[in-house]
Amino acid sequence: MNSFPWLTVLGLVPLGGSVVVALLPKSKPLLAKQVAFAISLVVLALVVVVALKFDGSSNSPYQFVEIHDWIPSFGVTYSLGVDGIGLVLIALSAVLIPVTILAGWNDVEQPQAESVGSVKGYFALILVLETMMIGVFAATDVFLFYVFFEAMLIPVYFMIGRYGGAQRSYAAMKFLIYSLVGGLFMLAAMIGLYIVTGTFNWFAILSGADIDPTTQKFLFLGFFLAFAIKAPMWPFHTWLPDAAAASKPGTAVLLIGVLDKVGTFGMIRYCLPIFPAASDFYAPVIIVLAVVGIFYGAFVALGQNDLKRLFAYSSMSHFGFIILGIFVFTSIGISGATIYMVAHGLSTAALFLTAGYLMQRRDGSSLLSDYSGVNKPAPVLAGFFLFAALSSLALPGLVSFVGEFMVLLGTFQRYIWVGGIATLGIVITAAYVLRVYQKSMTGAVGSGLEHIKDLTGREITALVPIAALTIFLGLYPAPVLNVVNPAVDTVMTLVGATNPEPTVGISSTTSQGAQQ
Amino acid sequence: MNAVASVIHAVDATPWVMPTLDYRLLAPVLIVLGAGVVSVLFEAFLPRGARRPAQLSLVFVSLIAALIAVINLNGVRETAGQGALAIDGPGLILQGTVVVIAILGALLMAERGLDPNGDAFAARASSLPGSEDERQFTARGYFQTEIWTFFLFAVGGMMLFPIANDLLMMFVALEVMSLPLYLLAGMARRRRLLSQEAALKYFVLGAFASAFFLYGAALLYGFSGSISFAGIASSLGSKTGETALILIAIGLVVAGLLFKIGAAPFHQWAPDVYQGAPTPLTGFMAAAVKIAAFGALLRLLYVALGGMRWDWAPMLWVISILTMFIGAILALTQSDMKRMIAYSSIAQAGFILLGVVAASAAGLAGSIFYLIAYAFTTIGVFAVISMVRDENGEATHLSKWAGLGRKSPFIATLFTIFMLALTGIPLTSGFIGKFYVFTAAYASGDKWLVIAAVLASLIAAFFYMRVVVLMFFTEPTQETATVAIPSVFTTVALAASATVTVLLGIFPQPLLDLINNAGVFIR
Repeated sequence: MNSFPWLTVLGLVPLGGSVVVALLPKSKPLLAKQVAFAISLVVLALVVVVALKFDGSSNSPYQFVEIHDWIPSFGVTYSLGVDGIGLVLIALSAVLIPVTILAGWNDVEQPQAESVGSVKGYFALILVLETMMIGVFAATDVFLFYVFFEAMLIPVYFMIGRYGGAQRSYAAMKFLIYSLVGGLFMLAAMIGLYIVTGTFNWFAILSGADIDPTTQKFLFLGFFLAFAIKAPMWPFHTWLPDAAAASKPGTAVLLIGVLDKVGTFGMIRYCLPIFPAASDFYAPVIIVLAVVGIFYGAFVALGQNDLKRLFAYSSMSHFGFIILGIFVFTSIGISGATIYMVAHGLSTAALFLTAGYLMQRRDGSSLLSDYSGVNKPAPVLAGFFLFAALSSLALPGLVSFVGEFMVLLGTFQRYIWVGGIATLGIVITAAYVLRVYQKSMTGAVGSGLEHIKDLTGREITALVPIAALTIFLGLYPAPVLNVVNPAVDTVMTLVGATNPEPTVGISSTTSQGAQQ
Repeated sequence: MNAVASVIHAVDATPWVMPTLDYRLLAPVLIVLGAGVVSVLFEAFLPRGARRPAQLSLVFVSLIAALIAVINLNGVRETAGQGALAIDGPGLILQGTVVVIAILGALLMAERGLDPNGDAFAARASSLPGSEDERQFTARGYFQTEIWTFFLFAVGGMMLFPIANDLLMMFVALEVMSLPLYLLAGMARRRRLLSQEAALKYFVLGAFASAFFLYGAALLYGFSGSISFAGIASSLGSKTGETALILIAIGLVVAGLLFKIGAAPFHQWAPDVYQGAPTPLTGFMAAAVKIAAFGALLRLLYVALGGMRWDWAPMLWVISILTMFIGAILALTQSDMKRMIAYSSIAQAGFILLGVVAASAAGLAGSIFYLIAYAFTTIGVFAVISMVRDENGEATHLSKWAGLGRKSPFIATLFTIFMLALTGIPLTSGFIGKFYVFTAAYASGDKWLVIAAVLASLIAAFFYMRVVVLMFFTEPTQETATVAIPSVFTTVALAASATVTVLLGIFPQPLLDLINNAGVFIR
């Protein structure tokens, strides 16, 4: 095994970086940005190294394992390790952080209002958040996971509350309280799990005796509630539109693109393997809620006039697909859900960042009705916006298509009717996404928009990696699938689910194709 | 009557022997009470100018000596003073914590750099508020050094309280602890009428509580024929069926202790006293009285009444839930920082009661950990409150904290850490404490109590976070207070409490080891 503590180092670099950024003089905001950006690139480089060293064909799904005693009295270990799913999500965070920093270079100005935080503070918080993200995806101890899960709220709380828009204080509080509702119930369930199993270590819990189904059902609810609020699943979603609307575009990208994935990641990592019987028991209800979420989010997005809220509702619809993919208990479904998480992270980043560029050119207005005909004064901006929109509606050839297709395929394997209904959601997605593009970018140029500038080099540089990844993984998803599939197989074994026998010959060949 | 007669008979039968006292075991308490006596002599014989340095040296030297004496007893597990005191692991840890908190409290009380007129205590407590006398004394820069005498006696009482092993000793400790605090609470330099009202309220209600305790103690004695906890436990075990008298007795004794803890429905004094008392004293009192009184309650319930768990546990379930929710909900409606923290301390008492209800080794250890974590955080909270001021003294109205994060980011960040700890966010001591008592309660089968506690934590999170919103997300106004620069005294106390709050959140294991190795109460 590898003795170098890669994951710990990965977590410490941004944390140390945030301290450095926070200690820089307040009068040098540019330096703070440069340092933060450099550190995020260092982290990205480290993640690339880790990803290259990750052995997808290895027998042990968890790699870079580190285990140390932390609080022996409670059976708590400082235990890290990544499987394919964790690695992919860490990589997603590591990509989106520098992108967000670069794209949000001028989002935070030197504060005029007293209550707004300093420039360096914003970038320091982003780096703290990166540590928490890496920790939450790498933890293999339930207690440690919970610590990151909860501690993560604090930097985001400040990012929304100090640097957001008009409703920031309200939105930050709502975000925190909603998250704490889930977190505290998860704490109770986690304590229950500890009482039953006597340990917090994920591997020890799994290798221990089976938890009896009644207890499972009780404890599952605590965990699932936390993850459903985080994700967010309908009907626990109402904090998200407020939080997204009040956030800076960069904050929204990290919040929706990465943080919310902790919810769906938690479902795969904790709900399914630890509580297989309960997962099976609750799956029908969850699937119904997920499908309701797909349509609810899409329909509300169709009627939204506020761009940030619209994207928040659209994300909710996408999360419906991800949760659906997880709870149909098929390999393709869960792999698809993981790809979907990556795809959604990328498309959310593209949408929020281009929308952010757009809004910055018009005094921060996020109203759709304020924009029209942008493609004439700013064709590059419009082009990227179209790309983001197409990525959101899962155009074939883009990575979101791979995810969506696999989720639906997995669903069809088990519940043909659910699959059929969910597919209709795609149509509505196409409708609201194209409506936004049509209204804002095409037609006569709106008043006040005649002289807006097109994207600058920095702005384009931030978007290019996202676009490149979206296309590359859309055409060739194998690098991700190869690391994700073994992890998904482990999850499937732990849940005790088997893939349904194909009833029609063609479905088996399709699944083969998607898995390769 | 029979019981009394038999005791008299027993006394007659045995010849009177000289009680043996092991002074090593009593040393911590004796050092502090002895220092209290010396402190009286200082007041009587030293010239005015020499008193403050002399008193301060006496306080810190005696407290540090007491701490060394406590550490010196590490591992001791026996009764002392003819069975009246129990020197055991949990008792020593609680005693040691009281001493450490007393040192930090004394640092806050010794501060003279914040108020332009001197310390937080009245120039002359006997002068009428608003009178010419008062103005004269203030103008001449008088200050009272008697506070240190009271302080030392109160600390002595607090150290005695968690090791008291019979009902009489517990009552004596209760009074030695409380009487000086009643006086000190009325001695604030500013807003003196409020302070005096608070002191009177505290005294009257406290006297009631003492009476409850004493009456309950008398009934317990009448029932069991013994005042020692071991004796009560053994007689409770042998007599079954006579439950009405014993339940009334338990109810009364426990009510007396719950008053000191500030548990609902005996909490009404807390907001007024917290608000009226001089802030450094409030901080000391909020932290140390809770440790001492919870220590006494734990010993009484676990040792004397351990066999009656199924009789007192339902009562404490109800009280715990009431306390958590009343504290958390009423804190939401407060507009004064000190009153809000008072209700917060009520809610926190409810959480600690979860550990008490668990009636297990884990419950005991969890309660102790929570108490230690809470005490340090509380000292820090009041240190900050004493520093946030405007021209009228401390600015405790919440509106004056608006935008403080901009004006004094460092102090506001420290206060945020304390708020996060009280909320129970991971990586602070409060989280580990909460986790420990919740786990203990869950393991003892009180699953629904844990869920109630989770809901109460959520309500509590709202008002703790509201302070953060005020400090960081709100525009400062003309009204916004400024943070005064304290002298080394408050600085040390604040630094120590912040450090402990964070360290116990990240590396709790050493303290957990200490508490777990201390074992359970000696029976």
